[in-house]
Amino acid sequence: MELFTNQVLAGIATGAIYACMALAVVMIYQAIDHLNFAQGEMAMFSTFISWQLMQWGVPYWGAFILTLALSFAGGIAIERLLFKPLAKAPILTNVAGFIALFAIVNSVAGLIWDFTIKQYPTPFGSSPFLGSQLISTHQAGMIGVTILLLILLFIFFQYTRIGLAMRAAASVPESARLVGINTSWMIALGWGMATAIGAIAGMLIAPVVFLEPNMMGGVLIYGFAAAVLGGLTSPLGAVIGGFLVGVFENLAGTYIPGVGNELKLPIALALIIVVLVVKPAGLFGRPIVKRV
Amino acid sequence: MSAAENIVTEAPAVEAVPKRAMTLGLGTSLVVLAALCLVPLFVKNFIIFQLTMLLIYGLAVLALNILTGGSGQFSLGQSAFYAVGAYTSAILMEHANMNYALTLPIAGVICFAFGYLFGKPALRLSGVYLALATFALATAMPQLLKLGFFEYWTGGVQGLVVTKPDAPFGLPMSQDMWLYYFTLAITIGIYIASVNLLRSRSGRAFMAIRDNEIAASAMGVDVALYKTLAFGVSAGITGVAGGLGAIAVQFVAPDGYTITLAISLFLGMVVGGVGWLPGSIVGSAFIIFVPNIAEGISKGLSGAVFGVLLFLVIFLVPHGARQVAMVAQGLIGKLKR
Repeated sequence: MELFTNQVLAGIATGAIYACMALAVVMIYQAIDHLNFAQGEMAMFSTFISWQLMQWGVPYWGAFILTLALSFAGGIAIERLLFKPLAKAPILTNVAGFIALFAIVNSVAGLIWDFTIKQYPTPFGSSPFLGSQLISTHQAGMIGVTILLLILLFIFFQYTRIGLAMRAAASVPESARLVGINTSWMIALGWGMATAIGAIAGMLIAPVVFLEPNMMGGVLIYGFAAAVLGGLTSPLGAVIGGFLVGVFENLAGTYIPGVGNELKLPIALALIIVVLVVKPAGLFGRPIVKRV
Repeated sequence: MSAAENIVTEAPAVEAVPKRAMTLGLGTSLVVLAALCLVPLFVKNFIIFQLTMLLIYGLAVLALNILTGGSGQFSLGQSAFYAVGAYTSAILMEHANMNYALTLPIAGVICFAFGYLFGKPALRLSGVYLALATFALATAMPQLLKLGFFEYWTGGVQGLVVTKPDAPFGLPMSQDMWLYYFTLAITIGIYIASVNLLRSRSGRAFMAIRDNEIAASAMGVDVALYKTLAFGVSAGITGVAGGLGAIAVQFVAPDGYTITLAISLFLGMVVGGVGWLPGSIVGSAFIIFVPNIAEGISKGLSGAVFGVLLFLVIFLVPHGARQVAMVAQGLIGKLKR
């Protein structure tokens, strides 16, 4: 039983990483109806910016805030420059655009900061949390930040004018335009917010997986999986999906014989396919009824 | 939240391509065919090898094109089918001493079955969900091939070495050149079969599903059957391409068939033009040669250069090579008048 509890706790700790990333994935999906394959790389780039700022002597929280602002602006700039012209292009062309962005960001980061692994500081310290060896204070802090972020997003979308406008622009663009919402800028705003949330995720993940240009590869796959599992229309679902994926991955690695570390990823993905086949909208997603 | 908000008219994921616009005219086809037949006589062996790979990836892109451009289903998992085809050929040649040409139909049939079975659960998924499911398949495949359980057959992480076939009947040809013509013959065969498939009743059913699934089923198209069938056909062709690839490269290993391959094939389809079969070869040229060009421009930044080139292509011609062909056709039409 103790092994079980320990594994669940460890799973929640890694799940927090996936939950963070899944939140960013859902954010952008809400705004543009696409999965952004370059999201992980954008988060990695933001994290490198914050690292560079700290190298130049900016204190942690200063660098944190500055990075958020820069990422927000960067996200909007990318949307305006690269993806607004593609808004009318076929969906598959957009996906190719994401892949191109992925290649560019990854390669540029590698050139500026090279591919060596770097230490990244944590504001929460890394001592054991409440005497448990499995969750460090950093991981507890990460869970806390994720939940805080979720609450802030909820308040933003439910109780602010601009949040309402963004929801309107995402669900019924034509009607939103008729009541005077600038839907094009709402999409840009969605990109900005998603990039900023990605930056938070990156800065929280970096102390665990270490900082390097390829650090987000695996995390993004799990982030997608978590988002799809929880339902792409639900930020709460994404976070819960993240924790579920983390826990399941750990339990499968421990209890199913022959799984070990190598098959963890395929098993986690297989679980998600099973969930999707049974419940295609995800656990918390809103089923969408289609008509001709 | 009103109920109306949850009902959407589903925009087709893939734009509608009319049947006639899917192929080249007879004259153009013959010119391209003649070029493909003659070029290897004038170039070095290494270039012949690259041309062979061009045809092989062209086949794989064509297979994806039938699935996406034909029936409107996404797949980021083509590398898995390619791997199964490659391993089937390699194992049959090395363990059962089978003739290389005979292994290809077997690879095709096995991949058809695999794709058909995978298509069954995938029926319930569409759009991003299907993309994720196929993506999972592609990520899992290299890990599965490395499993100790199959190691006797697959050679584990080391992979298998495949012998390159000689030209038969004592033809005075290098191995590379023979393999090129062998691949060319198969490619032409599959291309013609694919064109005919899309022109047949099944092809029309694919396209009806692509353009509007609900309307198609209302018209009496067996949506489940044709969607899985499209998966099977696509996987089968990819499997043949994989088998040919194994023979051409003379080597199979799990790390040759990662998600990167699936993404490349996907890019090839977009660059070539979704739903335009001849574009497959253009797309295949893009994924084989552009990374080399990018490497030539800047070693450290090759990824960035590749990305920028890709952006240029999709900005200038969002519909890929098809758009270029259409414009060219229009110009020629004007000159004639």
